[in-house]
Amino acid sequence: MINIIWLAMIVIAVGVAGIRCLGITISPLGIYLVPSFEPLSQLTNGVFEYSKFAVELAIGLVGLMALWLGIMKIAEKSGLITVIARGLRPVMVKLFPEIPPEDPAMGSIIMALSATMLGLGNASTPLGLKAFQDMQKLNKHKNIATNAQCTYMAMSTSSVTIIPATIIGIRSAAGSDNPTDIIAPVIIATVISTTVAVVMSKFLQRLPRYQVENFIEQDEENNNEKS
Amino acid sequence: MKNLKKKIIFLIVLAMLFVSFFIFSFTEVMMAISVIAIPMIIVIIPIYGHAKGVKVYEVFTDGAKEGFQVALRIIPFLVAIFLAISAFRSSGAMDILTWILSPITNSIGMPGEVVPMALMRPLSGSGALGIMAELITTHGPDSFIGRLVSVMMGSTETTFYILAVYFGSINVRQTRHALPAALTADLAGMIASVVVCHAIFG
Repeated sequence: MINIIWLAMIVIAVGVAGIRCLGITISPLGIYLVPSFEPLSQLTNGVFEYSKFAVELAIGLVGLMALWLGIMKIAEKSGLITVIARGLRPVMVKLFPEIPPEDPAMGSIIMALSATMLGLGNASTPLGLKAFQDMQKLNKHKNIATNAQCTYMAMSTSSVTIIPATIIGIRSAAGSDNPTDIIAPVIIATVISTTVAVVMSKFLQRLPRYQVENFIEQDEENNNEKS
Repeated sequence: MKNLKKKIIFLIVLAMLFVSFFIFSFTEVMMAISVIAIPMIIVIIPIYGHAKGVKVYEVFTDGAKEGFQVALRIIPFLVAIFLAISAFRSSGAMDILTWILSPITNSIGMPGEVVPMALMRPLSGSGALGIMAELITTHGPDSFIGRLVSVMMGSTETTFYILAVYFGSINVRQTRHALPAALTADLAGMIASVVVCHAIFG
């Protein structure tokens, strides 16, 4: 998918610049051409300048990423994430009624969502995978997603984020006067999107077309085709 | 008893927020939260760590080492996306696309320049990050567009990637309502970002 989009953007760009080089001009005297290489040379300059920018930006990011990952390592080692997880438990029990409160799946869901909230990024992916594996143990139909898995999925893609570390880093590298002024808006927007995620998944799981039974037949058909 | 204490603290915090909205404007309170968040975190986490017997300095440097790798890892993606975007922009193709989509985007108050990032976001995290970085350098990090893309980036996710990785790891083929629910949440995040940014940064 990304391959096609990337290629299409470059092809369209060069195409548009090429057409502009013909210099099609419409005036009361009629349509005539004023050819020039200006648009294509603009494109070349733009491309060269921005590839230099890309590296400067990434290097500018090093310091802040190091700072943040250092702080988060302390949070991880000191067990602060476990403390936050404990605080979230009462809410989570309501959000995932299918999962017994004492099941290991509940613990790993809370850990994974807490990690995403703190902007741990790549560090939260293994926790998410663990949560999914634990939820899978409670799944009766192994090829079909459970309600809990779908709710978790929607929540983690819209997760409440307290510190968007990479974004703050890029803003600072680009010379912002106040790179952190986006924290409060991000918290508000993610609270809204997480609410929508929970409401939508709870609503959709009741619709007839998303019932597990429908998928059992489909799944068997798929298996028959393969064998 | 312990629970009661927690409830009282929670109520006090809520009451303080509520009162502060009367004294200061919404924007001022939000700005204050944004400013206070980082200093609080960089003091509370190390103190907590020290109290729990963590060697804070050593653990910090240990984690900081990874910062360099993260930044290096994104360079190829940034260059690739910057190539496509800068070609698209400097050729004038971006102006055409923005003009075509302007009736839709104007109606929700989203500047046309932001549209490519909104389209890229669910597909590729590094791609969207590249577009965000490019918009921030072009328009300035403190411009409305610069702030809006930052908030949009922070409040949405690479839904297709996460879906593939998570469900793939446990061999689930029928994902039921996971994708529609997640994409609706992403859309809600985008619209919420636009609305919140207009309210705060106007």
